[in-house]
Amino acid sequence: MSITSTQQPPVAPGRRRDRARVVRAVAAAVIGLAMALPLFWMLLVAFSPLADLHTSQLRWWPSAPTLDNFRRVFRLPVWTWTMNSTVITCLVVVITVSSNLLAGYAFAKMRFRGRNLLFLLMLSTMTVPVQVLMVPQFKLVSSMGLFGSFWAVVIPASSTAFGVFLARQFMLGIPDEVIEAARMDGAGRLRTFFAVVLPLCKPLIAVLSLLTFLNQWNDFAWPLTVLKDERLYTLSVGMQFVNGQYTADYGAIMALALISILPMVVLFLCFQKYFVQGFARSGIK
Amino acid sequence: MATTASPPRAVRPQAPANNSPAPRARRAARFRETLAAYCTLGPNLVLVTLFLLVPLVMAVVLSFQYSTGLDSASWAGLANYRQLADDPVFWRTVLNTGIFCVATVPVEMAIGLGVALLFNKVMPARPLWRTLVYLPMVLSGVATALIGTLMFDQNIGLLNKLLGTLGLPAAPWQTSGTAAMASVVLITLWMRAGFNMVIYLAGLQGISPEMYEAADVEGAGFWQRLRHITIPLLGPSTFFLLIMNVIYSFQVFDTVYVMTLGGPGHSTDVMITYAYRNGFQGRQQGYAAAIGIVLYVIVMIFTALQWRFSKNRDTVG
Repeated sequence: MSITSTQQPPVAPGRRRDRARVVRAVAAAVIGLAMALPLFWMLLVAFSPLADLHTSQLRWWPSAPTLDNFRRVFRLPVWTWTMNSTVITCLVVVITVSSNLLAGYAFAKMRFRGRNLLFLLMLSTMTVPVQVLMVPQFKLVSSMGLFGSFWAVVIPASSTAFGVFLARQFMLGIPDEVIEAARMDGAGRLRTFFAVVLPLCKPLIAVLSLLTFLNQWNDFAWPLTVLKDERLYTLSVGMQFVNGQYTADYGAIMALALISILPMVVLFLCFQKYFVQGFARSGIK
Repeated sequence: MATTASPPRAVRPQAPANNSPAPRARRAARFRETLAAYCTLGPNLVLVTLFLLVPLVMAVVLSFQYSTGLDSASWAGLANYRQLADDPVFWRTVLNTGIFCVATVPVEMAIGLGVALLFNKVMPARPLWRTLVYLPMVLSGVATALIGTLMFDQNIGLLNKLLGTLGLPAAPWQTSGTAAMASVVLITLWMRAGFNMVIYLAGLQGISPEMYEAADVEGAGFWQRLRHITIPLLGPSTFFLLIMNVIYSFQVFDTVYVMTLGGPGHSTDVMITYAYRNGFQGRQQGYAAAIGIVLYVIVMIFTALQWRFSKNRDTVG
């Protein structure tokens, strides 16, 4: 994304402009480094022997870099937690994004009775704090016999209105003529959707998948509530579990925190453009 | 209305023979489209109804009941709400939620705007600095809170060590209520600044450079341009952020739960953590639901504002 810089024409004397430029560059570096400091500190502690942390002096580099913290963490079922998080998140992304795309398509491109009413109803759920629904959702999930299983996490998490809203807004931008042309050529509704509409929706699919992935990977309160078996924990829940067990063992906690954020950081760095667009779009449209 | 003096029907409706096949075909097509629409909507509609709408209704009902979640619920009328009114801890959590909101929202917006303005200019290594500001936005609340615990630990945390090297006394991040709240607020600012910057950067892109050129011709300085061009034209972004940030701050859970568990005392307890503890640890589900409903009403008030805003923004552009 190219953001046009709003440089003013050179009315101010050159020297003053140079000074302003230096001030800006320094300010940017200070802010950037301050933002990086907590992350840097997490990395440092994860790779440092515990003793480093307990000295009163500041060390900006491990006295003896070590993987001990990771070894301690891996005595716990961390791989299982990672797999759980991965499986749950992927299921949620697939279910959420496909149901959002279908619903968005209906709202954007089909005329049917009750459309506006349903859409309003859908929108009205967007502002309900999820925590308000937690006790009833918990009861529902229990009465369905899902409590403690992956599906207890996956199914409620897949019910969102935000994605439908985003999908509808995006698909409104697809000209009706394109869809009519496909219909004229004899394509059925399904065929039109898959062959014509979906290929045009690649940016939408990317944004929806990324944001859903992000939300689910990071979700804490709901998995904490419905998962009771330690071996079924997600990484977020496992982290809090370790935090409770190894209270002062910051090395282990930071090693696990690092493992848990790594996938998001890698995804973010690879798809930064889409992430930023996704967030920006959530504000603009 | 005009039944008594209706003029004689001059023209009969179109001959039925001429009329019937087309509407029937049209009606059939219409029916097929409606059917297709509901099939398409089906999966999402079922999920949303079952896991959002039904629980919302259940939450309202539950707030009028006594329920431990173990035995069957009994009707409580307004008892839960009356209990709320008399519960000093509840009022404390309302106050804390308010404090948290007031301490985070304006500050994160100001930081977001400042950083967006700064990073809108050309400078060395700009993509790197921007990325560093965005990055905390994608971390989980739990990871962020754990990093926070590490930074704010009273004995071995980085911040107290930094204070120490400056010759300042260590701050009581875990034992004093005010300091504990400050630590949660600071970590939230760190986490949320990026989001505010993204929205403001997007908003800044929408301002045409000619506006600034015109202001330059008029001889306007930095502050004048900021006050008379940038801030007014960023109005939609500001309003959107205000709503999003307020809603977020009313719903903050992970950070508080992991960093302080609401303590020390109840000094960082917010409405959501209190509701959570009542509902899942105290087994007072009706009471927890009542807290949730009060929160929902507050959020709804802000949603009403957002609704008005989204009408305005069509006119703003």
